[in-house]
Amino acid sequence: MSRALGRAGLLLGLPVILLVTWWFASAGSKSFYQPPLETIIKVFPATWTAARFRSDVLPSLGRLFLGYGLAVLLGIVLGVLIGAHRRLRALVEPLLEFLRAIPPPVLVPILILVAGLGDPTKVLVIVSGGIWPVLLNTVEGVRGVDQVLADTCRTYRICGWLRMRTFILRAASPQIVVGARQALSISIIMMVIGELLGATNGLGYTVVQFQRGFEIPEMWSGVFVLGLLGVLLSLAFTLVERRVLSWYHGVRAAERSGR
Amino acid sequence: MTTPRVARRRAGDNPALLGLVGILAFAALLEVLPRAGVLPAEYLPPTSRIVSALLDEFGRGSFWQAVGGTITTWLLGLVIAVVAGIVLGIVIGSVPALRLATASTVEFLRPIPSVALLPLAVVLFSAPIRSILLLVVYASFWPVLIQVLHGVTDIDPVARETALSYRLDRWRRARYLVWPTTLPYVMTGIRLAASVALVLTITGELLIGGTKGIGERIAVAQSSITVPSMYALIVVSGLIGVLANVATRRAERLVLAWHPAVRREFPL
Repeated sequence: MSRALGRAGLLLGLPVILLVTWWFASAGSKSFYQPPLETIIKVFPATWTAARFRSDVLPSLGRLFLGYGLAVLLGIVLGVLIGAHRRLRALVEPLLEFLRAIPPPVLVPILILVAGLGDPTKVLVIVSGGIWPVLLNTVEGVRGVDQVLADTCRTYRICGWLRMRTFILRAASPQIVVGARQALSISIIMMVIGELLGATNGLGYTVVQFQRGFEIPEMWSGVFVLGLLGVLLSLAFTLVERRVLSWYHGVRAAERSGR
Repeated sequence: MTTPRVARRRAGDNPALLGLVGILAFAALLEVLPRAGVLPAEYLPPTSRIVSALLDEFGRGSFWQAVGGTITTWLLGLVIAVVAGIVLGIVIGSVPALRLATASTVEFLRPIPSVALLPLAVVLFSAPIRSILLLVVYASFWPVLIQVLHGVTDIDPVARETALSYRLDRWRRARYLVWPTTLPYVMTGIRLAASVALVLTITGELLIGGTKGIGERIAVAQSSITVPSMYALIVVSGLIGVLANVATRRAERLVLAWHPAVRREFPL
């Protein structure tokens, strides 16, 4: 019991101390741009109402999931193709190296030019940023498959979709998951950037509207919401990862204890 | 192990040459498609026009000022993040109690998307360079910190006990035991942070503006709808990114020349 209390103390201690410090340090703040924490919390329920949730948060989330899903799917498909063919890999590797190095946000003006200001552009913006980590990690994962297992598959004439599902994708999945995790945080960033540069609704748009309208406590509350979104999605990802890669963590644990 | 080498010889191809062919084919495709009318030429100009716009940019003094500005902001932010990440990482990592107490806070702060801070950065600082630096430092600090935290715990138990048996003092243990173990992780952290910092630098310039930089010039080219020079500047941003990657990889190899992993990879 006291042990659990100690753990909880360690887990919550520093965050509580930081929040309390912020609360009191900002309590008498007259600064227009740094309102007291109390004010920010007070405006929170009035700002993030159910109506706002429907009109801004849900569209943002929809675009985020669509864009992220497409980025992961495309990244895996292209990554498996490129990773499995040695000559194709040699052909496109320097090109990918260059395309990956372009900061994704600079593509936003181009995408707006080409595809307009609608929802497809915002989804494309997310895909253009999120695809790279998945693609490159999948290439590495497929490249690094165990040679003995590959030969075994060939001997047993395991090929086609069965080989893809039970061998290639399975063997590359730890790497793919690493890429998908990076892609998730990039996707959130790209979602916000896509909404900053020309949108009519969405989380990023709302926060910038608050900033331009000098509704500073509301703006702070919007930053809180964005931060919370990042934290919650990262937590959700960890849960999914634990399920998907349970076999892998099991193997790793067995290897470590075997040594 | 010998089969791939045989296969490569039989195919008779050279990866570097194939890579060049890949880039040229991509450029040729982007030249042909707009000219043939498959893609709208006013939004996707053919490669030759982008290249000539790029050459025009190379002749302008303001372009080089922008490149210098971007690189200065990038390096400044990266250095601040790396120093802060290493110092805090080693301090937090070497004290178990501190490590436990900060874990939840780190896990909470790290996934906050850096651009969420953008409106804050804009209103908190009147100087645009400071707003951009806040974003850059926030985004690139975490990879360094996390890597250093991993590195500090990776110390070989035998080496640690040896150091204790020889009664190395705290400073010597840090210098000869902790630092060499952590250094490879630090270099990985710097490599990750360098590309994140560059992305955030150019993003900040694009969205906040107000400083000399590539991102700001892209924003100007966008609003004045000079499409080819916009593409040229985007190519430049990619080239800076490639250079940054190559430079950090070189630095990693140089600094870790003594490390077994590097030595094995490049037999001399």
